[in-house]
Amino acid sequence: MTQGHAEPRSPAAIFAAHCREGRLAYPAAPDGTPVWPPALAVPGTGEPVRWLLSAGRGTVYATTALHARDEGPRNIALIDLDEGYRMMARVEGVPADAVAIGTRVAVRFEPPDAGGERLPVFVPAGG
Amino acid sequence: MSTLRGRFAIAGAAESDLGAAQPGTRPVDLMAQASLRALEDCGLALADVDAVFAATTQLPMAPLNLAQELGIRPRYSDGTNVGGSSFMFHVDHARAAIAAGLCEVALIAYGSTQRLVGRSSASVQELDPWEAPYRPLMPVTAYALAASRHMHEFGTTRRQLAEVAVSARAWAQRNPAAWSREPLSVEDVLASRMVADPLTVRDCCLVTDGGAAIVVTSAERAASLRRPPVLVLGAGGALGHRHITGMRELTRTAAAESGARAFAEAGLGPADVDCVQLYDAFTITPILFLEDLGFCAKGDGGAFVSDGRTAPGGALPMNTNGGGLSYCHPGMYGLLGIVEAVRQLRGEAGTRQVPGCRVAVAHGNGGVLSSQATLVLGTAETA
Repeated sequence: MTQGHAEPRSPAAIFAAHCREGRLAYPAAPDGTPVWPPALAVPGTGEPVRWLLSAGRGTVYATTALHARDEGPRNIALIDLDEGYRMMARVEGVPADAVAIGTRVAVRFEPPDAGGERLPVFVPAGG
Repeated sequence: MSTLRGRFAIAGAAESDLGAAQPGTRPVDLMAQASLRALEDCGLALADVDAVFAATTQLPMAPLNLAQELGIRPRYSDGTNVGGSSFMFHVDHARAAIAAGLCEVALIAYGSTQRLVGRSSASVQELDPWEAPYRPLMPVTAYALAASRHMHEFGTTRRQLAEVAVSARAWAQRNPAAWSREPLSVEDVLASRMVADPLTVRDCCLVTDGGAAIVVTSAERAASLRRPPVLVLGAGGALGHRHITGMRELTRTAAAESGARAFAEAGLGPADVDCVQLYDAFTITPILFLEDLGFCAKGDGGAFVSDGRTAPGGALPMNTNGGGLSYCHPGMYGLLGIVEAVRQLRGEAGTRQVPGCRVAVAHGNGGVLSSQATLVLGTAETA
């Protein structure tokens, strides 16, 4: 690891820095093909990735509602982003066990105020 | 053409004590107990063992624990750990090592006290930055996601998932060593406590303690031992992903690759198989593996397991010991599926014996549908 490197090198750190500013970012190959889960180099070729911004819209690919003993049902979903990658997230705004595969969703960040650590979640978007 | 087909055999096989271990029991206690039983089974001594293969979530250096416990200094060892399929990989690696002259008698062992110490203590959860913030209870969340997708794409129903658990229970009722033997109906499964929609607690494997061991050696040497040799006709492994976010399509597993390799080497296909032991961590997994191994078309797994086809008396006996769902699931179940395949091929499975069993498949799954490994095993006449 290079000493004194000013830019964040960890994909998780880069992603989190964008989230703090309310941007959903993703790494991509030189030709724009998304890389997810994020990595420093493109799987299969080893080329360096560059980070792009997602429009934050997608479709529910798979979904479940977890029924842990000590809390109400909560959603976990895999979202196909329109840019062509699939991330894990949570769908809010509908009951956890009523999220349907194929539902169009849009990103929002929690907590809503910028500055601190923020997590992308998705809400039904329509259209 | 494989030069390994039929040249190596599982000569000995045994379970450790299963179920709920006494307080203080260590994983290596169960490994060692099963190892000594497997050696006794085939009539070999500790001094004959010159290779040790072991893996368990609780012991990162498992071959060291086992060798020390048994008091042996093996010239070859392998601690490959890719989850519950590791032991199918071990069999493949063991025969390659024997073929290369690196060892002659390979002991493959597993032990877990996950019920005793608690599942969260037994398994280190990797904190994946792309999943952990959403607190996905793993591994069940990943399998629930796959089940949701299978239902969406192919119309698979919760009743069809439940059929897998009902079939396993019917087999478990014929296995005195099974943990859960009370009657179980589709309605019982559907009415059970929901864990991760669409999977109820009865769609999920047991959490037990337990272990197992097998002895692998050359077919020639196995033929001179106490028990009928079980030949390794084909073996194949495949690595798909680590975390569920890295799985390309949740309804298509790397078992399609591992199974194709194993069947190609064996020169056999699904139609030649008399019984299957398919890792049933959750009811969705055997459905995926039946499809990916070629026992039915992609998407037809739900219909395939219905109407008792995999239950006692059905056309394709599956998980004849009761599986991870009803017999025993000590965390990394794969080796117990191999032990059951061996017993079926030897004709020593008692009231659950599949008549005339000559070819059996033992298929392992690791992680979250991540690693897949397939063994095609046969009796001496299939050589």
